[in-house]
Amino acid sequence: MKYILMMQFPLSLWKTQRLELWPKQDAKAHMDFLKRFNQELIDAGEFVRTEGLGGPEQMKIVRATKSGAAAITDGPFPESKEVLAGYWVIDVETPQRAYELAARASAAPGVGGKPLDMAIEVHPVMFTKACGDE
Amino acid sequence: MTGLPKPSEHLLRELAPQVLGAIVRRYGNFAAAEDAVQEALLAAAMQWPDEGVPDSPRAWLIHVAARRMTDQLRSEISRRRRETELVRHEPPGFDLAPPPDDGELGEHDDTLLLLFMCCHPVLTPASAIALTLRAVGGLTTAEIANAYLVPEATMAQRISRAKQKIKDSGVPFAMPTEQESGERLASVLHVLYLIFNEGYASSIGEALQRSELVSEALRLTRTVHALLPGDGEASGLLALMLLTDARRSARTNADGELVPLAKQDRALWDRTLIDEGIRLISATLSRGSVGPYQLQAAIAAVHDEALRAEDTDWPQILALYGLLERMTDNPMVTLNRAVAVAMVHGPKAGIELLDTLRDDPRLADHYRLAAVRAHMHEMAGDATAAVTDYLMAARRTTSIPERDYLAAQAAKLAEIFDINRRE
Repeated sequence: MKYILMMQFPLSLWKTQRLELWPKQDAKAHMDFLKRFNQELIDAGEFVRTEGLGGPEQMKIVRATKSGAAAITDGPFPESKEVLAGYWVIDVETPQRAYELAARASAAPGVGGKPLDMAIEVHPVMFTKACGDE
Repeated sequence: MTGLPKPSEHLLRELAPQVLGAIVRRYGNFAAAEDAVQEALLAAAMQWPDEGVPDSPRAWLIHVAARRMTDQLRSEISRRRRETELVRHEPPGFDLAPPPDDGELGEHDDTLLLLFMCCHPVLTPASAIALTLRAVGGLTTAEIANAYLVPEATMAQRISRAKQKIKDSGVPFAMPTEQESGERLASVLHVLYLIFNEGYASSIGEALQRSELVSEALRLTRTVHALLPGDGEASGLLALMLLTDARRSARTNADGELVPLAKQDRALWDRTLIDEGIRLISATLSRGSVGPYQLQAAIAAVHDEALRAEDTDWPQILALYGLLERMTDNPMVTLNRAVAVAMVHGPKAGIELLDTLRDDPRLADHYRLAAVRAHMHEMAGDATAAVTDYLMAARRTTSIPERDYLAAQAAKLAEIFDINRRE
């Protein structure tokens, strides 16, 4: 069963506590954690893919309009409390295993090694289309 | 050289377990032998199209795999010598072993031995499936990865972990003892059933290439049945697969939408598969000692025998589900029995039985419970309740064709009865 684990970073903390602003060793500890986590997924035969995403400054909201020209606005939705920072797609035997891995990702180390306890949204994947599929 | 234009993939898959059996027999190291055989199969796929299929393809593959195996062992030995001069012993059987068995003797038993090994209960279903498809099915890692839509490296890792687990648990390359053979065969059949289901359930809509899994599951189950013709459950599983696969082309319409059994164009059903399945299950049931696969096959046979949906012998299906329910602790069976109850005794009786499942945690949130209840409400003429349940089921399923079908049912009823939908 495939699941997507979506890492939700609190928008309120983005300005002051995003990864680039952390002390070097804390950022490194975080990246090392992710590397180990990914390798563990690969070794367990559960890894499908992972991607990190650009922050709110690089986000646009695009909406088609009746005039034909798309309306493009900067940043996340005004009402959002979180920004999608990255995601994993995993292939696991049970939903419980997906939740277990999500909990581990949630506890990724932050500043001073303190667990971030980020919200991880877990969705079952219903449909996959890969390049080269018939 | 026989000069055949191309090596048939079928031939390679047929030979894969026989070659692996011969290599494991000689060298005793399943994990390494499996790698060596995989390399030999790849070499054959590369060379045979140009050079022609050798006169004895099996001997050719055994020879190539044995050479790989010897190379591996040699480099392993020199690695150990480099690491420590104290290690003097060579892997057992390296110098003294007889040449690999090139004869026909025992080749079919090897397929069964390998199946028992690859489907061993120490493995999780996903690992057992991957290992079975590669070691017994002769599929490449890339093909298996493609069928399950994961990266090749992930599938390679899954296979290698499965092999490690088998090594660690010390499962011998031998037939299971008489005491454990029942449970071990049940694991084999379960893995084949899961491979079939994965292919069948998803060979609709967007993932057509997975019908490969259906044919592979069928081929392997045929092999098990041929090797154990007296085993009722192996026959039952084969019959179940045949009788289910027979409906494949009627299961979706031209738009890729799911067509429920009652509305399928039965002229599209494959009569050859149905005849074979019915012959097989009838012969098996008459021998006694009935098991769950045989009962499911018998139910599929009753459906397949009806030329029109309204000709279905529901009382017989109800009786069969009653027997099946006593044999398994699976609420899905009760759910299916409720459908039969509704067809025989009316929707109210069906809904009453469904209500007993409401508190079963294995089923309470399952889309099938809501979908079946929706259908019964529809039968009973309660369109409002039916729409609510169809929509609930549509929200809960993880299959896109199922979701589209359920949502369409809700929309159709809502329109006919002018129901104001509030979700």
